Amino acid sequence: MFKKIGIFFIILSIIFVCSCSSKGKKDGNKKRIITIAGSTSVMPFTEKLAEYFMIQNPKFIIDVQGGGSTAGIQACLNNTVDLGMSSRKLKPEERLNEIIICYDGISIVVHPENPIGGLTLDQVRGIFSGRIKNWKELGWIDRRIDAITREEGSGTRGSFEDLVMKGEEVDDSIMVQDSNGSVKEIVATDPYAIGYISLGLVDKRVKALIIDGVAPTISSIKTGAYKIMRPFLFLSHGDPDDYTSKFIEFVLSKQGQDLLKKEGLVGSYD
Amino acid sequence: MTKDTSIKEQIVKTVLTIFALSSLLFLFLIFIFILIEGSPLFIKVGLKNIILGFKWAPTKGSFGIFPMIISSFLVTFGALVIGAPLGLSCAIYLSEYSGKRLKMILKPALELLAGIPSVVYGFLGVIYIVPIIRNYLGGSGFSLLSTSIVLGIMILPTIISISFDSLVSVPRSYREGSYAMGATKWQTIYKIVVPSARSGILASFILGMGRAIGETMAVIMIAGNALKIPMNITDPLRTLTGNIALELAYATGDHRLGLFSTGIVLLVIIMALNYMANFGIKRRS
Repeated sequence: MFKKIGIFFIILSIIFVCSCSSKGKKDGNKKRIITIAGSTSVMPFTEKLAEYFMIQNPKFIIDVQGGGSTAGIQACLNNTVDLGMSSRKLKPEERLNEIIICYDGISIVVHPENPIGGLTLDQVRGIFSGRIKNWKELGWIDRRIDAITREEGSGTRGSFEDLVMKGEEVDDSIMVQDSNGSVKEIVATDPYAIGYISLGLVDKRVKALIIDGVAPTISSIKTGAYKIMRPFLFLSHGDPDDYTSKFIEFVLSKQGQDLLKKEGLVGSYD
Repeated sequence: MTKDTSIKEQIVKTVLTIFALSSLLFLFLIFIFILIEGSPLFIKVGLKNIILGFKWAPTKGSFGIFPMIISSFLVTFGALVIGAPLGLSCAIYLSEYSGKRLKMILKPALELLAGIPSVVYGFLGVIYIVPIIRNYLGGSGFSLLSTSIVLGIMILPTIISISFDSLVSVPRSYREGSYAMGATKWQTIYKIVVPSARSGILASFILGMGRAIGETMAVIMIAGNALKIPMNITDPLRTLTGNIALELAYATGDHRLGLFSTGIVLLVIIMALNYMANFGIKRRS
């Protein structure tokens, strides 16, 4: 019995030593780790950029984490990350270096079977403030509207409140989900739902509505015709260090911006 | 030799005592930690404005969690309505009717039910129960009813195992006395066995409630998380646990404190439920 346990421990320690030594080798090559955290809206795009960047620069490891805009700003202020991500504008007391990497539209989405193609900004505000509760009022069937908003503190919700609600409060009877993904999932499965998500995440499973006669597309955001849009920001506390600057340079380069455009975002230098 | 063994015994005893007390220490630390983090807001905003307030808008300075307290109790009650009859019947069947071989299959199966992670329950709820309710009862499907159904299934193992234990511990002489009076098996069960095991069964319900009120992951996925008190079984709702988990990621400052004070309220409710369950068990013995 004891022999067996002894053998087990020897094997364990061998594995441990081996893994340590291989890690040591990596350290010998001087891998440079950049940590990025913040908005869950910016995260998928940062991940994609990081992936390409790491292929071209194998010495870098970029660690991208979520947590939300506010958490990203906090982490950046506390110097626990190299870069923060935010999908909302900074408040005056949040003194950080802002780098606009691109612009994103927030699209109002419904189920593809929904015959309504467009609404006015006023109608959208009506739905989310609880004034319009039935699809009949918008010229469809007699069925309650299942509106979905994001949770308090989310960057997307913050932008939505600024750009659409304009001071009106989001009604309490509206459902709340904690990510772009789960809002999209509900809208894609519930024919009577309406929600708002990043334009970059819109695909065939949901239908983006035309707002005030303007469809949310890259060109309409670029010209400013589509009003519900916000900047995606990278944040640094003071000037970023050399390694981090290299990643930022890549993001703002033509290649990086093209990658973002392919994902449905609007480049910052167009 | 004997002296050596007694020293060994002493060491083992001391070590075990320290470990046993450490779990108590954890409970104590958790309680202190939540209290320190959450109580400043109670002082700042006022106990009444938090517990009886209707408006939850933490970024705008309102911290009312009354609708969530009500919603938490509603789903818990709903879970009990669904879970209690099912669980109790299962426990009665297991202790009174089932043969040994069937018991050998059923018992481990129920333990497996307890081991399924709650996110899996939530996922199944979203995929199957929510669309059924949306199509047949209206509303979005993310509702009081769907949450109650899923929680009702989740508390089954708790109810069954504790009710089963208390039914089995009813002395055989009670049953034999009843049979001797000419009572049938069913008469014996509902007139003698179940009433004698009453306090244990009650305790199982209360512990089931504790599990339901504390459940988080499955609830966030199915409840819809709207802030209003549900007026209908097809209305969405938000529980205390759901509120914490939903907003913690983004919360800073007073918002974070608000979530901790939600935690205090939850802790007090769960402690009260556990105390009631213990009281129920003690009264029997």
